[in-house]
Amino acid sequence: MSRADIFANIRRGLRRSEATEAQRETVRQRLQQRPRNIIPSRSQHEHDALVELFVRMAREAAAEVVELDSLEQLPCAVADNLEQKQQHELVLASDSALTELGWAAVHERVECHQRVAQVGDQASLTLAFAGIAETGTLMLFSRPDSPTTLNFLPDTHLVVLSKQAIVGPYEDTWDRLREASPGRLPRTVNMITGPSRSADIEQKLQMGAHGPRQLVIFLIP
Amino acid sequence: MDIKSPEFKQSARIALQDANLQKALGNLKAGFPGKRASAVARMPEFDALRDQARDLKNHILEHLDLYLEAFEARVVENGGQVHWCRTSEDARQTILQICREQNAKTVTKGKSMVTEEINLNEYLEEHGVQPVETDLGEYILQLRGDHPSHIIAPAIHLNLEDVSEAFHEHHHRPKSDDPAVLMAEAREMLRKQFAAADVGITGANFLVAETGSTLIATNEGNGDLTQILPKTHIVVSSIEKVVPTLEDMSLFLRLLARSATGQEFTVYNTLSSGNRRPDDQDGPENFHVVLVDNGRSDMVGTEFQEMLRCIRCSACMNHCPVYGAVGGHSYGWVYPGPMGSVLTPQMIGIEKAALLPNASTFCGKCEEVCPVRIPLPKLMRHWREKEFEKHLSPKAVRWGLGGWAFFATRPGLYRWASAGASRFMRLLGGRKGKIRKLPLAGGWTDHRDMPTPTGKTFMQQWNERQQQEKQR
Repeated sequence: MSRADIFANIRRGLRRSEATEAQRETVRQRLQQRPRNIIPSRSQHEHDALVELFVRMAREAAAEVVELDSLEQLPCAVADNLEQKQQHELVLASDSALTELGWAAVHERVECHQRVAQVGDQASLTLAFAGIAETGTLMLFSRPDSPTTLNFLPDTHLVVLSKQAIVGPYEDTWDRLREASPGRLPRTVNMITGPSRSADIEQKLQMGAHGPRQLVIFLIP
Repeated sequence: MDIKSPEFKQSARIALQDANLQKALGNLKAGFPGKRASAVARMPEFDALRDQARDLKNHILEHLDLYLEAFEARVVENGGQVHWCRTSEDARQTILQICREQNAKTVTKGKSMVTEEINLNEYLEEHGVQPVETDLGEYILQLRGDHPSHIIAPAIHLNLEDVSEAFHEHHHRPKSDDPAVLMAEAREMLRKQFAAADVGITGANFLVAETGSTLIATNEGNGDLTQILPKTHIVVSSIEKVVPTLEDMSLFLRLLARSATGQEFTVYNTLSSGNRRPDDQDGPENFHVVLVDNGRSDMVGTEFQEMLRCIRCSACMNHCPVYGAVGGHSYGWVYPGPMGSVLTPQMIGIEKAALLPNASTFCGKCEEVCPVRIPLPKLMRHWREKEFEKHLSPKAVRWGLGGWAFFATRPGLYRWASAGASRFMRLLGGRKGKIRKLPLAGGWTDHRDMPTPTGKTFMQQWNERQQQEKQR
């Protein structure tokens, strides 16, 4: 009953019964054409400048950014980074781009697993779908190879981001996302800007509330 | 929570005397306005974004039924269900029903003001389902049996000692005066709850019609753990939060974090679309969206429609001198500050909330900082009119206004009386030129002296000047 009541009430307020065909067309058009609103000038630059902006904004949001010369350097860089944090366990997303790397070379320093994350996990490693320069934001989404718990449960979240995947504004990722996931969005899309935090006690900012305490971005060419 | 809005005056008086509360409110005033101002200064397009957001919200409200239909259709396509709830009672029953279908014992909760509005926690507890608040501020409040006093910083009325005390009592650990230690303690305690919960309830900042997605913006990540670990995710939101597309959502996200905490962007902005996909290894198997009306559809087409643009950023209360002086609990219900003074009368009735739209200096700061340009003072004035029309104003106000109208419509009498009053006040003030106590004006003279009129009335001065002009 509630549904009919609510819609009747809205239409009464709008002083019409059913919407006119013209009104339906306006809504259809907006949903199909998806016009962009104002895009801040900050996020409209050449690609090199956007990469630079991404790094600056991500660091400002307290993410660690590590630039690598190639993806092959990743296992070593991950081992070094976890060593600094005195961590030695890692849960990897199952993307072949990650799993096929030379983890054997660092197996004495890092113990690797492939599964969903569990309470108590030290660190996870996932691939970012995009980087948004405007605010230094990562975009990841749920898929069989990359369970969302990896993005939230471990103490340290390590993310690999390709420079090619860096765009200026949020809007540039929506089109890419619709292409990557035709028909409907993945169950969960995460935009992540820095590690977890809270200022709920006396408005004093503390890092590491419920999500990862550290966010490390490995930037590859 | 119980409605205490009719006691606003007493609550405000107590709040002004409460040294701890005043100290805590100092944190608010020292933080939010400055952070917002710096964030706005870094975004030259900010005012243009606000204009566009206002226009877009107006467009959405004009087509609200159509966008809600589109949203519902997409949620269903994504494998979810939408439940429409006209009242708080409908919403509570719907949510309890879903919990019962899942044999739920515990429910983790992300921060949601709509669940406060419908009084969900008490109801679930009464019916054998234990809700666990997971936002740090909300968690502290739940331990204390307290309620939020602010829509995004719920525990803003508390100091470190209060938190330390509450944790010591419930966690049985030594007290700490380090916020980092206290937060780590909450993190550890809630880990088990996240994993054990049968159902996770979150709110939604936006509902995207194009994709059937709901979005939450959080800094802690608790809203995400709340929705990905349990078998069932319930989103509790309200009908005015629908936006057409992801592009349109982006516009509002640019305004939300900057207006709220002064951040460039909230740490976690998460879109949830339906239930887990066939090959996904985690995520909820059931996805429900509970859409609450609770008086909102009654606002469409009225002088209060503009209030439906609100995106719940809290900038209005962060900048309000009244909120800053008396805190959120004084308002006596869920939504405090200027936005609450407009929304609360709609939801609990002007009869109980009449004092709220009067608790404003009309300085206009709330409208000045509102990201969707809601004319809050104008809307409060509309409620004052309703209050007067319904004969709810106190007798002193009605008689006072009646008396004033009697004189104001008789100019000769008015001039004679005001000249008399002016002389009387000069007499009362004596040589000091100040009045210590004035009958019927205790609200003023209890706290400061009333200066006496120094000379003649405006009309006397005007006439004298006109005479002088003529003589020249």
